[in-house]
Amino acid sequence: MPLILTEEQTMLKEAADGFLNENAPIAHLRALRDSHDADGVSRDLWKAFGEMGFAGVIIPEEHGGTGLGAVEAGVVAEALGRTLTPSPFMGSGVLSAKVLIDGGSAEQKAAWLPRIAAGEAILSLAVDEGAKHRPAGIATTAERSGNGFRLNGAKGFVLDGHVADALIVAARTEEGLTLFLVDPKTAGVEIERTVMVDAHNAARVTLTDVEVDADAVIGAVDGGEGLLEGALNLGRACAAASLNGAGDQAFQVTLEYLRTRKQFGKLIGEFQALQHRSAHLFTEIELARAAVLGALQRLDAGREDAGLAVSVAKAKAGRVAELAVQEAVQMHGGVGMTDAFDVGLFMKRVRVLNELLGDAGFHTERLARAKGF
Amino acid sequence: MSDLETFRAETRAWLEANCPAECRGPLENEEDRVWGGRNATYRTPGHKRWMEVMGARGWTAPEWPTEYGGGGLSREEAKVLASEMRRIDAQMPLSSFGIWMLGPALLQFGTEEQKKRFLPEIVRGEIRWCQGYSEPGAGSDLAAIQTKAEDRGDHWIVNGQKVWTSYADKADWIFCLVRTDPDAPKHLGISFVLFDMASPGVSTRPIVLISGKSPFCETFFDDVRVEKENLVGTLNRGWDVAKALLAHERTMIGAMGSLGAGRPLGQVAGDSVGLDDDGRLDDPILRARIADLDVDMAAFNLSMERVGDQVKARQAHPAIASMLKYYGSELNKRRHELIMASGGSDALEWEGERSREGTAARDWLRTKANSIEGGTSEVQLNIIAKHLLQLPGA
Repeated sequence: MPLILTEEQTMLKEAADGFLNENAPIAHLRALRDSHDADGVSRDLWKAFGEMGFAGVIIPEEHGGTGLGAVEAGVVAEALGRTLTPSPFMGSGVLSAKVLIDGGSAEQKAAWLPRIAAGEAILSLAVDEGAKHRPAGIATTAERSGNGFRLNGAKGFVLDGHVADALIVAARTEEGLTLFLVDPKTAGVEIERTVMVDAHNAARVTLTDVEVDADAVIGAVDGGEGLLEGALNLGRACAAASLNGAGDQAFQVTLEYLRTRKQFGKLIGEFQALQHRSAHLFTEIELARAAVLGALQRLDAGREDAGLAVSVAKAKAGRVAELAVQEAVQMHGGVGMTDAFDVGLFMKRVRVLNELLGDAGFHTERLARAKGF
Repeated sequence: MSDLETFRAETRAWLEANCPAECRGPLENEEDRVWGGRNATYRTPGHKRWMEVMGARGWTAPEWPTEYGGGGLSREEAKVLASEMRRIDAQMPLSSFGIWMLGPALLQFGTEEQKKRFLPEIVRGEIRWCQGYSEPGAGSDLAAIQTKAEDRGDHWIVNGQKVWTSYADKADWIFCLVRTDPDAPKHLGISFVLFDMASPGVSTRPIVLISGKSPFCETFFDDVRVEKENLVGTLNRGWDVAKALLAHERTMIGAMGSLGAGRPLGQVAGDSVGLDDDGRLDDPILRARIADLDVDMAAFNLSMERVGDQVKARQAHPAIASMLKYYGSELNKRRHELIMASGGSDALEWEGERSREGTAARDWLRTKANSIEGGTSEVQLNIIAKHLLQLPGA
């Protein structure tokens, strides 16, 4: 398959960019932030996302979704990266939807997938526990209790967890990992909103003797690892796509500045010192794009090497976006440090996306292990 | 089965039957490459046969049209061929400036007669070409070339000197930039001509590099006769051909950054550095640097593939080759620094059987030219800034 978007995918990209520029430009993020919005994320926008077919982009048509694949999810994620829009898309439309599509029972799918696709429900996947993404070290436990399970543990970096209609919790059971659908109103569930540096939101979720029924299990008991890995890989590739969107947008804004800002009687874009750094950054961004599209296509094709391609994509996109936002602030000079200019917002968002679902170090390590050193 | 799957199955079977065992596995040495030509040398008879059977099928130039000896494959079929060759670790049957540089330029600018005459012998590896571009006074400023061609009716008489002519001493023919109008602005008085290196008046002198090897020559032209039928493109518009060819050259040099098939460098490093109890390379900093390189190489390989697809879909800017050249050559330099660091003191040996006459060290030094030849990294960054980013005054 050629490593470029198809005509349909290009149309989706234009639709997503157009919709977000119109309905949720950076001013939308600023408004939520500056008004100290109670949720920090707009449910109306999420509904509109549903109406556009973006929220359920990977959800099969029989469950009310658009029935497309990883590449299309990546296209939407990149668009969200460009406008820095807070959206339940990653937590609900990608991570939770993927878990339910791959492992949900008929009842679980019927209960949640159509509502995600419509932008009516917000779901959160609770994986991380420590400060770093380390799914192999999950310590939250689920012990058999009566007909169901009793959950204990503490989760962090749970995207949109403070407004979630349902949580998907990864916990250790006797022989492996198991995923549970948990109603956040269940006794023993404590949720604390965490407003992050980029004005997006996550939550800390504490589970103290939380009792759930057996039908809360998604997929097989002890069989959650593969299910989780599938969702995490899609999420990582989409996070990489968002990094590309944010990094490239910061670069575009900076190029425009280089073409208009004058110092020493010259446009600063005339200085070779800045030209060469811009050209280098352009090259890095192109590489990150190829890496991300390659990973998304491999996920769709179900290729064996998809997981490694995802790690390459997340590591590369992370490092490149980091360079892009550093250069954006530096090349803007003093105004780049002001809250009034947008470039600082890109720097903040990229920091969060880099940490999400494993940073460049995590994914580079994964690649090294897979290559046998 | 889809057509592509059928093609894959047939290709796999054909490669199994036709690729000699000695042509599988990584090249041990740059000298083992097959370049073809009148005075070709082959490491084994199998290497000669491998070039000949692939050439006969047109698979040394898989995507060229069959009427000029090429394989006539679609882009997707060519990818299948490449992946099937990788699967059995098949060596490249023929390395050729004819295939990588001249051929694509001839396909674009050559007359029907020139294409029919020159392309099939390139595909079959019968004629080895070299490139007469740089001169002592025309390096990064290539359009400043002074080698002159005087009009003598049905032919030109060429006088001048080229430098950094790769393998001029081994090549059969040269594609060469000459000044045909000394009074025109520098880009508008250059023509692109072809001639036989065996012509009277052509001489070459190898240049010894820091690697101790001599892949490059100085090349001298003293009243060399060049037939007018060997002009490619329009008279005095050779710069257009030169630029198009440079794009192919840059892609080729960039592709050096995508080498490194075979055993992962991190594992190779383990042989000399050792492993810790957990099976990790016992040098965490080196390990991290190699792993970072692996990420960049994987991304670069995909980028090469993507640019190829963009070219095919007519979505690529011609200057995109500068991006591949810049990144690929810098990546290759980085890779060889890490190969040296992995080898430690073993990699320092310059002579003797054990180090295969200092292969690691010599290859490392050779790569330092990657970011100079075909236009320096700085020239590539200038081109990107001007043509792809439209920065002011660039």
